[in-house]
Amino acid sequence: MAKVNIDGKTYEVSGDKNMLEVALSHGYDLPYFCWHPEMDSVGACRQCAVKKYEDESDSEGQIVMSCMEGAVDGIRISIKDKEASDFRSGVIEWLMTNHPHDCPTCDEGGECHLQDMTVMCGHNYRRYNFNKRTFHNQNLGPCLNHEMNRCIQCYRCVRFYNDFAGGDDLKAMASKNRVYFGRHEEGTLESVFSGNLAEVCPTGVFTDKTLKKHYTRKWDFTNAPSICHHCSLGCNIIASERYGEVRRIQSRYNGAVNGYFICDRGRFGYEHLNDEKRIRYAFVRKDIKNHPEPVTLKEGMDAAKKAIRNSKGIIGIGSGRASLESNYALQKMVGMENFIQGVSAREKGLNDLAKELLKNHPGYIPSMREVAKSDAVLILGEDLINTAPMLGLYVRQATRNKGFEIAEKLDIPQWHDKAIREAAQDDLSPLFIITSKATKQDEIARRTANLAPQDIARLGFSVANKLTSASPAVQNLSQELDELATEIAKALQEAKNPLVISGTSLGERAILQATGNISQALGDKGGLSLVFKEANSLGMAMLGGYSLEQAYEKVDNGEADTVLILENDLYRFGNSNTLDKFFSKCSSIISVDYLVHNTSQKADVILPAGAFTETDGTMVNNEGRAQRYYQVHVPEGDITESWRLLSDLMESESLNVFDDFVQALTEDYPELTGITELTPPSTHRINGQKIPRASHRFSGRTAIDSDKDVNVPKPPEDPDSNLSFTMEGYQGQPPSSEIPFFWSPGWNSQQAINKYQIEVGGPLHDGDPGKTLFEGNGSGAYYSQIPEAFSSKDNSWLFVPMHHTFGSEQLSNHAPAVQERTPETALWVNDADSFETDSDNKLNINFQKHSIELPIKSDPSIPVGIILYPAGYEGVPALDLPAVIEKKK
Amino acid sequence: MDKPLTQNIKSGEEPLDLKAYEKAGGYRALKKALKMEPSEVTELVKESNLKGRGGAGFSTGLKWSFVPMGEDAPNQKYLICNADEMEPGTFKDRLLLEGDPHQIIEGMIISAYAIQAKVSYVFLRWAYKTSSKRIQKAINEAYEEGYLGKNILNSGFTLDMYIHTSVGRYMCGEETGLLNALEGKRANPRAKPPFPQVSGLFGKPTIVNNVETLSNVPHILNNGAQWFKDLSATGEGGTKMYGVSGKVKHPGVWELPLGTTMGEILNEHAGGMKDGLAFKGALPGGASTDFLVEEHMDLPMDYENVGKAGSRLGTGTLIVLDNETCPVGFVQNLEMFFAQESCGWCTPCRDGLPWVAKILKSIDDGHGKEEDLEILQGHTKKLGPGMTFCALAPGAMEPLQSALKYFREDFDKHITDQRCPWR
Repeated sequence: MAKVNIDGKTYEVSGDKNMLEVALSHGYDLPYFCWHPEMDSVGACRQCAVKKYEDESDSEGQIVMSCMEGAVDGIRISIKDKEASDFRSGVIEWLMTNHPHDCPTCDEGGECHLQDMTVMCGHNYRRYNFNKRTFHNQNLGPCLNHEMNRCIQCYRCVRFYNDFAGGDDLKAMASKNRVYFGRHEEGTLESVFSGNLAEVCPTGVFTDKTLKKHYTRKWDFTNAPSICHHCSLGCNIIASERYGEVRRIQSRYNGAVNGYFICDRGRFGYEHLNDEKRIRYAFVRKDIKNHPEPVTLKEGMDAAKKAIRNSKGIIGIGSGRASLESNYALQKMVGMENFIQGVSAREKGLNDLAKELLKNHPGYIPSMREVAKSDAVLILGEDLINTAPMLGLYVRQATRNKGFEIAEKLDIPQWHDKAIREAAQDDLSPLFIITSKATKQDEIARRTANLAPQDIARLGFSVANKLTSASPAVQNLSQELDELATEIAKALQEAKNPLVISGTSLGERAILQATGNISQALGDKGGLSLVFKEANSLGMAMLGGYSLEQAYEKVDNGEADTVLILENDLYRFGNSNTLDKFFSKCSSIISVDYLVHNTSQKADVILPAGAFTETDGTMVNNEGRAQRYYQVHVPEGDITESWRLLSDLMESESLNVFDDFVQALTEDYPELTGITELTPPSTHRINGQKIPRASHRFSGRTAIDSDKDVNVPKPPEDPDSNLSFTMEGYQGQPPSSEIPFFWSPGWNSQQAINKYQIEVGGPLHDGDPGKTLFEGNGSGAYYSQIPEAFSSKDNSWLFVPMHHTFGSEQLSNHAPAVQERTPETALWVNDADSFETDSDNKLNINFQKHSIELPIKSDPSIPVGIILYPAGYEGVPALDLPAVIEKKK
Repeated sequence: MDKPLTQNIKSGEEPLDLKAYEKAGGYRALKKALKMEPSEVTELVKESNLKGRGGAGFSTGLKWSFVPMGEDAPNQKYLICNADEMEPGTFKDRLLLEGDPHQIIEGMIISAYAIQAKVSYVFLRWAYKTSSKRIQKAINEAYEEGYLGKNILNSGFTLDMYIHTSVGRYMCGEETGLLNALEGKRANPRAKPPFPQVSGLFGKPTIVNNVETLSNVPHILNNGAQWFKDLSATGEGGTKMYGVSGKVKHPGVWELPLGTTMGEILNEHAGGMKDGLAFKGALPGGASTDFLVEEHMDLPMDYENVGKAGSRLGTGTLIVLDNETCPVGFVQNLEMFFAQESCGWCTPCRDGLPWVAKILKSIDDGHGKEEDLEILQGHTKKLGPGMTFCALAPGAMEPLQSALKYFREDFDKHITDQRCPWR
């Protein structure tokens, strides 16, 4: 503890922070640019200058940078001091010598940290009479706009992009007042975290290019707290709407989950919501030869009810990207015995096993930000940047713990970012990446190995065995892998917070089992983090149900002839020939969905479901954290929440509003008990008021629809939450789970987050939202089925799934910015030249009843005998992988 | 032996090769040092009161004493000879680099031994091509003779030495900017603390010493601390390489007792002003020091006395301003240099210096305004020590603030007449 004094007031603080953090945490408005709560201090911008005094008798003092002063016991500073505030105003004056006065036409205007700081410092009149320096801008691809003239050279962009996120194609170039932040040549920024630049940049150099296509000022948005649907990590986001369109996604600070950042799939994948293939009305197929025709919602509902009434039996197929509530409603409707999870048996088996591992894990199950505290990490079979990007970002931070240790020995404060990096250099905490091909994070790994899935599992089993003889030994492991296993086991053993990360992406059960053995072997000090394929895969596993194969069986043996599919394209999980046959046997197919895809196209009745911004819901992320997302706006057309449609279909009397579903879920599923505590109930009011989704500056409140009707329509009501759809309502800070936007007087940018935290960079005021359903402290037996080693054969190949950030996830595949960044669909092998291809350089094979014709490319890191298959890509069939394919004679 | 640093240097001749250097008494000091404990070497240098000759004047021995020693100390440490010499008007190190490379190398080996560094670099100004050749030749000779490399003279001490040629930015000469440059990064300065002695090159303990500083070390070893102290005219110890540029009769560089007066340097060694010109002022130690004027002619040029006169000894190389050169243009030229050489890391330096340079140009071109002087004056405060990340901008403000003090009427005349009186 330390006593520090700010402008005559004494505060007791922890002593490991710097004075800028302390001042901000105690509510002082002290301006800054280069400092960022997640990236700490470098002392570049000189904006946070304060006066520091030696002691009580010192009346002179000297100017220091508060971000570079430790909050040590006895320190005395003044923010108000005239010399200090004049200097801060002078810093703005310098920055303004070159900054264009284009605020009215700048995308950042109105939510610009530079604007806020300028106003805060009181610099008004221009004394600089010379020309401004100008730069050429670059085309940085579909996601970010570049306007270098606005740059104030705070270096945050490169500190985030290079130091924090590990990118290497954005650099500071040139010197003096011509320092330029850009790429060595024009081109799409390669990092999957590039979109964060729009939030990290304190002004309008990097702005969201997808927003530019339908630009809206911050104050004109209607927003809601939401959860990203594009992978299993459950990053918290703010989704913003204007004129019936979602136009922007930003990160929503959650001190336990994603912190300040999100990945580009999460930020730019939202454009699927505005896709022309959106389903906005009900459709009914009038006769078998024709396409379904648009009908009223009532007609659609009637058609669905009729089909259900007339059926011999109905099965309901849920979805790993639909909410607990929607899946639950479906389960209620069709009965547990007829509820299908919407994934293949293999997939379901993996999800169930992963859930088991979490339940039995004796140690801790870290949140993403806790992952950053691990001091030794083993990744088994997950290429995180491609399957769970943000987890990869925090693994990267975990490797820095060695650096923090070194810094501590040298008396370098833990917030002194540059000095720590200079002292630590390449000395990183141990990270081991074991995957089927080289990954983008290999450069920070101590050791990597690229193996066939079964060999990844074997290595994992061996690590567990080296940790404890209670875990079975692996026979005939190569000496190389045996030594690697020894090294990994040693690093995990020596660590204070060892962590093993694995997941379902390679489709290999044994990898998860090996992970389970390591988790048991590490005991209570070990961390376990598992990655799933879909946003609510784990939630789905908790709800139970059957696999697609069992659905086929039920129709084959005549138990059912009608199928209702919830928010799911089954062709992404099942064999297309089998599915075609399955659908042909069904007498009625009902699809409750929001996108036209191969499955909804088969439907006889389509009911327009709400996409994630058009509905409320709860999902369980990869760590077992239940999180609530809110409807953003009332969409055009007959779009309705899936759970509401299903409740209406079954004419339920007890399930009416969202809270009814949550309540019923917890009654049926004790494991889910926590989910009633995620947010205040819909009846909750503060001072009798709801929480407004729009800011009080929202313009056109009464005129927005005047082109259609001069009478002001009644604003839509929200029976499902305590949020209102308008600007009216409680103007103070909402509960932390219900923050629709960050705004505080004087702080119009995302930096207003400071004002929502207990202390800057820490938890939100009333705790970080979400509730973890798995607490660790479990125990389980060791798995003993160790697979045979893979050996490359002359007459066959092993097909292994390969994922990509852009391309492997269905929803974001409908977003143009993501499409543009999706790599060419191809098969990847060790040496493409050793394959016989057709004249287009494509490999032509028949596999699992599919004819596959794809270009073939080389990556020498891939083990010989393995073909990596682009899983989840548009236009390629779903295969049941990994699997062996015989070569054509 | 009143000029130890330049005793072997003969104008227009090649420097002594290793054999000749040995014959002149070279590498004796190294042999002596290797028989001492490293801490004894440091103690001796500390006792001699040798101050850093690069400009800051910090005690060399004291600096070394901050390096972690003993078994717990990091295995890897570095010694770096700062031969970047980018300070405008400064060319004293060049004479030592070209004239007696073995003296520097011997000094470096002894210094590296004192801190137990295993690797050393000569960080050399890109333009010093002759120095580069001569230093490299001397390094090669030293390796051949066993003064460098493994187990030097069977002492168990090992040292490798490399030349790193700078790309030629002023910032590369700044102690920590140099470290970043050497690591292949942008030559931005680093925050201190941590000091390089603790966390320097590649995060390891590192000493960066100036060429002249290191050249003194063998002589201190050979002759002792008291001998070194007695060399100076005042109490600070040693000789100093003084230089003079500007419109004097004989510009050049001389080794003189530290504390020689400005008048003696200018009038006796540089031969006084050229005929028909009068002395108006001088920057005593390179471009980033405050002007001294006529009243300072009898000022002993050592760290303390120049400091008391409101300036800094800096590199000890005077730039002379005469009565036919416009002081505004003179300062403008310097500020353009500093604005150009800003690394662009911190705001005051990056955006303040170009503004200062532009105002000075505007005044010099006859477009000056009354409020310009207020803005300039404001910058001398706001770009002062502590306000900026490193010493570049505060250094840049030194000639400006002293010019505004001593030559204010010249600035005023530019503005009232809307022209430069010298044009």
